[in-house]
Amino acid sequence: MRLVIPLAITFTAGMIMILNFFVPHQPFKFLGENLQEWYMIVASGAIFLGVMNLMHVHSRKIRLKQKNWKYSPVTIIGFLLMLVTGLIYGVAENMPFDYLFMNMVAPMSATMFSLLAFFVASAAFRAFRASNWRATLLLTSAFLVMLGQVPIGAMIWDKIPLAKVWLMSIPNTAGQRAVMIGAAMGVVSTSLRMIFGIERSWLGGAD
Amino acid sequence: MADFYEKLGNLDRRIIFVLIALSVMIPIIFNMVFPNPVGAEPSRDMFDYVDALPEGSNVLLSFDYDPSTMPELQPMAEAIVLHLFKKNINIVGMALWPQGASLGQDAMSSMADSLGKVQFEDWVNLGYKTGGGVMIVRLGSSMSAVFPTDRDNVPWSEIPMLRSITNLESFSLIISLSAGDPGIIQWVMMAGDRFGVPIGGGCTAVSAPTLYTYLQTGQMVGLLGGLKGAADYETLIGIVGGQAVRGMAPQSIAHVVIMLFIIIGNVAYFLQRKKGGVK
Repeated sequence: MRLVIPLAITFTAGMIMILNFFVPHQPFKFLGENLQEWYMIVASGAIFLGVMNLMHVHSRKIRLKQKNWKYSPVTIIGFLLMLVTGLIYGVAENMPFDYLFMNMVAPMSATMFSLLAFFVASAAFRAFRASNWRATLLLTSAFLVMLGQVPIGAMIWDKIPLAKVWLMSIPNTAGQRAVMIGAAMGVVSTSLRMIFGIERSWLGGAD
Repeated sequence: MADFYEKLGNLDRRIIFVLIALSVMIPIIFNMVFPNPVGAEPSRDMFDYVDALPEGSNVLLSFDYDPSTMPELQPMAEAIVLHLFKKNINIVGMALWPQGASLGQDAMSSMADSLGKVQFEDWVNLGYKTGGGVMIVRLGSSMSAVFPTDRDNVPWSEIPMLRSITNLESFSLIISLSAGDPGIIQWVMMAGDRFGVPIGGGCTAVSAPTLYTYLQTGQMVGLLGGLKGAADYETLIGIVGGQAVRGMAPQSIAHVVIMLFIIIGNVAYFLQRKKGGVK
């Protein structure tokens, strides 16, 4: 039963959604819309699961004094602070939650992401070598895109932004499209394998 | 001399970090502003499409990002909101990312205050809802089923500007400001391809190459890529000295510094190789 029930649910839900797409009329419309709402409810439940997991992982880390455990109380206190202010005062503007979000969460998150520039510069210096003609081609394209993406490119030569647009629109699009079509076909085939019970790794070893 | 090339090739990364920091800080401290000409870029297509929308249209603006990508996407959000408000277009805001709802609120309310726009009449923030692509499909049949209330728990039926809105087809344009998944791709696949609603968007510079495919096929009406896209939009709507345009000088110099490091690294590499130090 551990195998049959999940497979039956997957097959039924998958077929309803496929039929709903190709036959957008009753009863598939009603069933499809209901399943979409169920999905949103289940996904909301996953947020609570994530919260429980966060608390469990960090409280365990503190209890066992694992590596870098000193950061865990900061995580827990930060989480509880946002939770409590949100629950008590709501998320409206000029309330404590909003104040903390705009003045602490936002600048700290932006700072973390900004560090990327430093690591990109360091990595590019060490790894970006024109060691053969393909690498040289990539390097030249990168230079043109980097210059075309900022006004200094046009200040050096007004054709650089045009070269950037061409690189992005033609060679880049060709490569990206190949990747996307390949990935989409993979998604379709994996989904069909799951719906028809051929792919069962998601059962977590129940088969 | 060979020792020098080796040292050059193994430059301490702290020196690189300091020079990158200076290349960003100096233009900001000295308030340097570079002219930002806008050529035939997807950002111009985006501006043209929004500018051609008739007064009183409804536009759905989805804030699908969080504070980590705020430096690139928030200036876009503010410029687009300003443009829509100036054109007297109604804005329905929402978010596929939890923290996007607060960032969207900040962008819309600050612009609304400066232009005298009224919440619930000219703009509304429906807030965040989980579900990504599946939720977008549900919006295609009923908006109020997904958002029975707005972000501040005001019921859908009590919001005057939402009376004319039933589903995604009520919108003249959907704009997603996206930092990843879920974001523009889901809007294109679920709202654009399935319900025929025009999609525009803004994204971080690193994710722009993926989205160019949708521009060529006409699945997107325009795209703002990174801070340059935001600066282009600010320039096109006539904002003087906007935060994205001001960000172009530090970004220009940082790009040049990174390129110089790459050149130095390659020079050291070739000289070492010539001496037989590198294979």
